[in-house]
Amino acid sequence: MALHRSVVRDADKERDEVEKTGRRRKRSTKLEMKLSALHQSYLNRRNNSFRSPSSLESSVDGSGKSLVAVFWLVLHCLCCLISLVLGFRFSRLVFFFLFSTSSTNLYSAPFRPDLPLKHLDVRAIGRNLDPSPVIGGNATVSTRSSRVVVGRHGIRIRPWPHPNPAEVMRAHRIIERVQKEQKTVFGTKSSKTVIAVTPTYVRTFQALHLTGVMHSLMLAPYDLVWIVVEAGGATNETSSIIAKSGLRTIHVGVNQRMPNTWEDRSKLEVFMRLEALRVVREEKLEGVVMFADDSNMHSMELFDEIQNVKWFGSVSVGILAHSGNAEEMVMSMERREEKEEEEMERSSLPVQGPACNATDELVGWHVFNTLPYAGKSAVYIDDVAAVLPQKLEWSGFVLNARLLWEEGESKPEWVKDFGLLLMNENREGVVESPLSLLSDVSMVEPLGSCGRQVLLWWLRVEARADSKFPPGWIMDPPLEITVGAKRTPWPDVPPEPPTKNKDQMQQLSKGKTGVVIPKQQQQQQQQSGKVRKPKRRSKRNKHEPKPTDTTTQVSFSSSKHQERN
Amino acid sequence: MEMKCSSWILILLVCNLTVSTISAFRLSRSQPTERISGSAGDVLEDDPVGRLKVFVYELPSKYNKKILQKDPRCLTHMFAAEIYMQRFLLSSPVRTLNPEEADWFYVPVYTTCDLTPNGLPLPFKSPRMMRSAIQLIASNWPYWNRTEGADHFFVVPHDFGACFHYQEEKAIGRGILTLLQRATLVQTFGQRNHVCLKEGSITVPPYAPPQKMQSHLIPEKTPRSIFVYFRGLFYDVGNDPEGGYYARGARAAVWENFKDNPLFDISTEHPTTYYEDMQRAIFCLCPLGWAPWSPRLVEAVIFGCIPVIIADDIVLPFADAIPWEDIGVFVDEKDVPYLDTILTSIPPEVILRKQRLLANPSMKQAMLFPQPAQPGDAFHQVLNGLARKLPHERNVYLRPGEKLLNWTAGPVADLKPW
Repeated sequence: MALHRSVVRDADKERDEVEKTGRRRKRSTKLEMKLSALHQSYLNRRNNSFRSPSSLESSVDGSGKSLVAVFWLVLHCLCCLISLVLGFRFSRLVFFFLFSTSSTNLYSAPFRPDLPLKHLDVRAIGRNLDPSPVIGGNATVSTRSSRVVVGRHGIRIRPWPHPNPAEVMRAHRIIERVQKEQKTVFGTKSSKTVIAVTPTYVRTFQALHLTGVMHSLMLAPYDLVWIVVEAGGATNETSSIIAKSGLRTIHVGVNQRMPNTWEDRSKLEVFMRLEALRVVREEKLEGVVMFADDSNMHSMELFDEIQNVKWFGSVSVGILAHSGNAEEMVMSMERREEKEEEEMERSSLPVQGPACNATDELVGWHVFNTLPYAGKSAVYIDDVAAVLPQKLEWSGFVLNARLLWEEGESKPEWVKDFGLLLMNENREGVVESPLSLLSDVSMVEPLGSCGRQVLLWWLRVEARADSKFPPGWIMDPPLEITVGAKRTPWPDVPPEPPTKNKDQMQQLSKGKTGVVIPKQQQQQQQQSGKVRKPKRRSKRNKHEPKPTDTTTQVSFSSSKHQERN
Repeated sequence: MEMKCSSWILILLVCNLTVSTISAFRLSRSQPTERISGSAGDVLEDDPVGRLKVFVYELPSKYNKKILQKDPRCLTHMFAAEIYMQRFLLSSPVRTLNPEEADWFYVPVYTTCDLTPNGLPLPFKSPRMMRSAIQLIASNWPYWNRTEGADHFFVVPHDFGACFHYQEEKAIGRGILTLLQRATLVQTFGQRNHVCLKEGSITVPPYAPPQKMQSHLIPEKTPRSIFVYFRGLFYDVGNDPEGGYYARGARAAVWENFKDNPLFDISTEHPTTYYEDMQRAIFCLCPLGWAPWSPRLVEAVIFGCIPVIIADDIVLPFADAIPWEDIGVFVDEKDVPYLDTILTSIPPEVILRKQRLLANPSMKQAMLFPQPAQPGDAFHQVLNGLARKLPHERNVYLRPGEKLLNWTAGPVADLKPW
């Protein structure tokens, strides 16, 4: 009786809970604690046909069958505990296996046939319960049964649920197609050809610089014409480099040797650029002309931005004038910080570009501040001082190729005739920057959100004047220098004289001071029986004659010299 | 003479044919879009004003205003359509104050505003509320008894419409409220051959806040780089811990099959960039949950992401006006394990066409409930749908004394006064 009362009370509580929380369904494990409540709610929720509960109900109602009731209660407590441990409804599974007949049908779809003990895989065993009868209150509706059944469904997992590479490729092609469509609809309407003008000459760093520019141009997603003007005539060296690009190139040679000072070099570069512009004018090339100096670094956004130029545009160039300064490297940290503060006070941003007012109109130009470097700048090409840019670098300007064409084409009035300019170019200092082409400088369009975006970087770095490099960077014939292995002793070869020592000493001195070496010799002389940590060092020393002090000093200073260079 | 006439007629015919078969490309602002023509024709831009008249009953505020005051969350959840519908109708030109000339009658009762602390509506009192409202209008106005509700319409946006329950089995067991058997129901639920979908109902999209979605728009030229996108539950651990019940196992199947597929960006997280991510995706999954409909469809349409609808036999909003087959991708629940094969084998031209259809601004407008109402929005589509059902058939009007509805049918608990 007491049992029955508690069951009823629990059932009431359960009903209240359901109403109060609304959506929350009861956890299965809690339900199993109550006998009839379990089966009642079970039937209501699942709408299934379990054979066992019917017998149990009658047993509970009967007063004389309390023993059976206790037995079932114990059984259910046990099931509940097991479920708590395992984490799923164990009793349901037991009932399923005990009482199931052929009438319950398993899904025939491909499932993972795993053991029921693992929690995850219980879901894989699906049962299609009898579809709840579609009650049609209205005669006109739903006398047909829906093909969608209500109730528990299995979770379909295909046998190999992993991506198929062919499908992934197809998906990527779809994505590309969609993005292309987006670009044509929302992006720029028509793309103009980019005409890149690069002055160059054969020197050690040419391959380095030219490869950089070449790769940037190859990546630009626009039609490109690359005009390479070479000082010293058109050589095979340069043409072999630019032929690798696969771009349309025009290789022009200028029969003057590149001079040795930065000042003269920039003058010759101006001349070379004008030659390239002459080619544009004569061949009537169409598009946007940009000046890609071979040691500059260009961003991809630059090419996107210059498409927007109408006649004459200007972009911001980041100036990297600080090449390796030997004094600074030996400076202590405090001195370096002081110097940085000094520079910061003067607030010289290393940018050359258009300056705009609040309404995004061009009012002038930001120019690189060369005052801090007065007197300390490099004169010769291989000087170890800072290389300064010109007042206005050509690379910061882009122009529409039509500006260069002959008279008669539709050009704005504020553009001088390029032909006249070319005729006057023999006079010194006529053409310093592309602005000389314009009679009205205020018509220049500032690009890159009015110069706020730095789209390319200017840098000048060259090798020593006497540096040699193999032509075409191919070593022919191959080198004949043999370098002996340091670790493996060559038994038949007698120990080498001091040259081998020098290498080893340099190795040791790289990370340590020179003091270590004499100390080592002292240890050797002391002939300590202890085996020190650097056993190999002592072993090596046995084979060699003792190095003299002079040799160590020489090697040390030579290493220092080499590091500087 | 004859030849000349017939040749002219022939030329005219040929011209007509060519003009009618070409689908016009309309460049609106930036993207070329395509015209949307459903089975009802090009009706998304129809203006319902002048085509119908709606009379709004003045119910005591305990049926609408007081409920809203008790819980203002009802204004922002996905069932808010019932509230905004009343507000729209009160100030719309289709409203008439003379019930004699009205074609349709609207009963403003908020049945989906009894919320739990979590924000989910409880439908247990809704049948009683509805019944009480109908009794009120039946006793105070003669128009209900005239037709027994056949020219009245109600907005019942809850999970299973007028079955008033969130659990499908219980909803099916209850069936549509007997008093609403003859009325037109405006609901979000739609599934073919289902008890809770009455023939002649108008399916509307769930409410999604328009300002919130507009504020998360990103530039249209941002390239779409996600192939398939979905954020939401796969297993409802609180109510269906083992899976198989929730979403008929379809969401769980999506997870189990594609959780390590790089093309599928699916997870249960709630990112702050949910709307922005949808705009960067090509396909957005809209699987069923406890009910087949989902606000994801609205979001996908607004953000130009092709909806992949995984819900067998679902009836989508305004299905007669919008050709959903051309716009979305329908996948049977049994084909979910092969979803990647299905999606990657769609030809790119078809995908581009679907995107053009989605870009049509009238399509996006038709899914929204903006305040104040704008032409072509969901309110107007509902009115268009009601207008298309006019004129009423003869059997709508009952002979005097004829009674078709059984006022005492239904569970006993529903008969208690509210």
